[in-house]
Amino acid sequence: MNAQGPPFRPLYGTYAALIVLLAMTASATALPAGWWSTPLGLAVAVAKASLIFVFFMRLRSQVPLVRIFALVGFFFLAVMLILTLADYFTRLLPV
Amino acid sequence: MNPATPAERQDAAPSYLGGETTVASWLGTLDHKRIALLYLFTITAFFVVGAVAAALMRWQLAVPTADLVTSDTYNRLFTLHGVVMVWFFLIPSIPAVLGNFILPLAIGARDVAFPRLNLASWYIFVAGGLVTLYAIVVGGVDTGWTFYTPYSSTYSNGHVMVMAAGIFVAGFSSIATGLNFIVTVHKLRAPGLTWFRLPLFVWAIYATSIIMVLATPVLAITLLLMGLERVLGVGIFDPRIGGDPLLFQHLFWFYSHPAVYIMILPGMGVVSEIITCFSRKRIFGYPVMAVSILSIAGLGFLVWGHHMFVSSQSVYAGVVFSFLSFMVSVPSAIKVFNWIATMYRGSITLSTPLLYVLGFLALFTIGGLTGVFLATLAVDVHLHDTYFVIAHFHYIMVGGGVMAYLGGVHYWWPKISGRMFPEGIAAFAAVTIFVGFNLTFFPQYLLGYLGMPRRYMTYPAEFHTLNVISTLGALVLAVGYVLPLVYLTWSFFRGAPAGPNPWGATGLEWQTSSPPPEENFRETPVVTGPPYDYPPL
Amino acid sequence: MNGPSTPSLPAAYGDFRQRDLANHLGMWAFIATEVLFFGGLFLAYVVYRITYPAAFAAGSHTLDFWRGTINTAVLLTSSLTMALGDAYIKRGNRTALRNCVIATASLGVLFLAIKASEYHEMYAKHLVPGLPFDPQAPSPLQLFVFLYFAMTGLHAVHMLIGLGLMAWLLRQNRRGRLTAAHHAPVEMFGLYWHFVDCVWVFLYPLLYLIPQR
Repeated sequence: MNAQGPPFRPLYGTYAALIVLLAMTASATALPAGWWSTPLGLAVAVAKASLIFVFFMRLRSQVPLVRIFALVGFFFLAVMLILTLADYFTRLLPV
Repeated sequence: MNPATPAERQDAAPSYLGGETTVASWLGTLDHKRIALLYLFTITAFFVVGAVAAALMRWQLAVPTADLVTSDTYNRLFTLHGVVMVWFFLIPSIPAVLGNFILPLAIGARDVAFPRLNLASWYIFVAGGLVTLYAIVVGGVDTGWTFYTPYSSTYSNGHVMVMAAGIFVAGFSSIATGLNFIVTVHKLRAPGLTWFRLPLFVWAIYATSIIMVLATPVLAITLLLMGLERVLGVGIFDPRIGGDPLLFQHLFWFYSHPAVYIMILPGMGVVSEIITCFSRKRIFGYPVMAVSILSIAGLGFLVWGHHMFVSSQSVYAGVVFSFLSFMVSVPSAIKVFNWIATMYRGSITLSTPLLYVLGFLALFTIGGLTGVFLATLAVDVHLHDTYFVIAHFHYIMVGGGVMAYLGGVHYWWPKISGRMFPEGIAAFAAVTIFVGFNLTFFPQYLLGYLGMPRRYMTYPAEFHTLNVISTLGALVLAVGYVLPLVYLTWSFFRGAPAGPNPWGATGLEWQTSSPPPEENFRETPVVTGPPYDYPPL
Repeated sequence: MNGPSTPSLPAAYGDFRQRDLANHLGMWAFIATEVLFFGGLFLAYVVYRITYPAAFAAGSHTLDFWRGTINTAVLLTSSLTMALGDAYIKRGNRTALRNCVIATASLGVLFLAIKASEYHEMYAKHLVPGLPFDPQAPSPLQLFVFLYFAMTGLHAVHMLIGLGLMAWLLRQNRRGRLTAAHHAPVEMFGLYWHFVDCVWVFLYPLLYLIPQR
């Protein structure tokens, strides 16, 4: 039991941040809804996912190639969303 | 007496075909070369199944109002043909057979990155295939290989769920293979083999693998959602609860358009290998060729809406997809020019592999150009769902993809089997295929232009002559396809022994014996120069 | 020389660092496929939420906010325990790994139990697609409920697979096959588990926190 392992403190710190973010979004539902509600919820979700990717999944200590692999799926998902919504958003426009 | 050196011990090592020869050793192999042959055997069997369906269809279509089969049966035949040929023949063909066999050799590796995953991918493929065959045997599906909702999810009385399940399972085989190849190319290249020294076949397999990994999961979720709607009687494509059937098409084509690039890109890689070898010349414009391969893969993800121009998709989205579709044709065209420029002033040998490549160049170009016609919004309004579309994609997938596959099989046959195939009959078969193919499919361009719709088993008498030509062409094509089955099998056991490099080609796979030993190379090769390093003419 | 805990290298690899990087690339490529797999469901969600905002808000209102929030906390905690387990086995601490995996699995079971109770409540309210649906609900509400079950159901399937893999990890650990030198299965499973957690991190606001106007 003398091998080197990754430090524990960032893991606890990340967890604390995740719980704080969760508390934020959960309590935000008590506030009256506004235009900001959904973007805020999504931004917090992205923040949580980023924390998990960077600290729990240890992307912070991986070579750039691994980080590219980690992000490429999201890039193509974005393509799928954007071009499909291009159809839905323009269906009722006058031709 | 000196003990044998490691090299000498390897010389005595049996080829991958020797060594253990029990059935169990084959079914439990982790050797990428044996797995390639397992795939070869399996996809050939599926090709026969798909071809029989096509033969029945062409037989039916030889007479305008024939009743060889009922229209319900005809629907099941063209569905079977599409499903089997796309998912169980074309998509695995070059990657799972030639990619599995040649890729590690071409980069100087001993195997792929995850050999056990490789074997698993074959078993998954077989499992999916058996489920699909079962669906066919118990009556099949009449939705077309495209499974459009709401027919597939609500109204069809075919065995939709079972067939969808078979395709769903087979998709994971695709993903596993692609994932394996990506990591293999990244991590197992021989010393000195930098990215821009890779043979274009490797680039093509790599790009194809990216598509396989990223697009196939969308097919999986699409089939799952369609299946759920069928089982539960309600779903997200159901207009009765506000769903949109078009959403299915968006999801389906997001996969299925990149899938056609899965079916052609590896063929383009094969073409580059063969054309350089039999022109005795470096490829013209290597960096552009590599970038074009990646561009085709990338742009291929942006064009799926061109399958939906007349579906009630927004016209504005149609304009965007049309423009992007024009763009994706550019790198393909660049590649055709560069191949021709490679042959220019080369020292040409009209061997069988090159015959297939010449056929590819002609047929892929025609197919590709007609793709541009179809990408033109206003023209597509008239051509959509006609035989013009059928001719277009057969020119690319069969005239392009299958010819490249056969060319590659012949090119690497000495390496795979250690034997030469009989050149005379092989050349004859290649020409027969070319002639038969054109007789079958060129009339279909005309039929489509004249208005004959696809997926119909009867037609007006004015289309009779062209249909007869097409059916006779199919007969010629069938002869052309049967010949390699026969003489390649014969040559595997009785062909003239081939040396390590019977074509005098560059490429690491030719630096080891034919067939290779199980560990591929005596010593890991070291690469010091560019690919296709043929001496100046 | 070779004990049960000495890992061997497949023929194609030169050294363990190369094999380690290959494992990471392979696992992340697999995670990319999962992004696209779930992505199709997210696309459907976006399309229909934009088309039927009121029905989606009403649908979100039928879900139990507290169980959803607690479940999110449960999964986030399970990610912590899994990350700790990974850190421990890299130090060679097999006992701590065992405890962490058991904790992770227990939290996973807790998540699924809470989820099951949520599903039961939906069933009691006649809000299950495929079964007779609440006749007073507007039609597009069925779309939301269908997506709710599809997305959380697919997520739950991934959790179940995770539980199975954890059972396998515990067995491997008991046999001494996991060590500081050979920790890849733990690390790779960790990536899978964290990703499944990430999926839920997005499902939670999209399903449970739609603003009620």
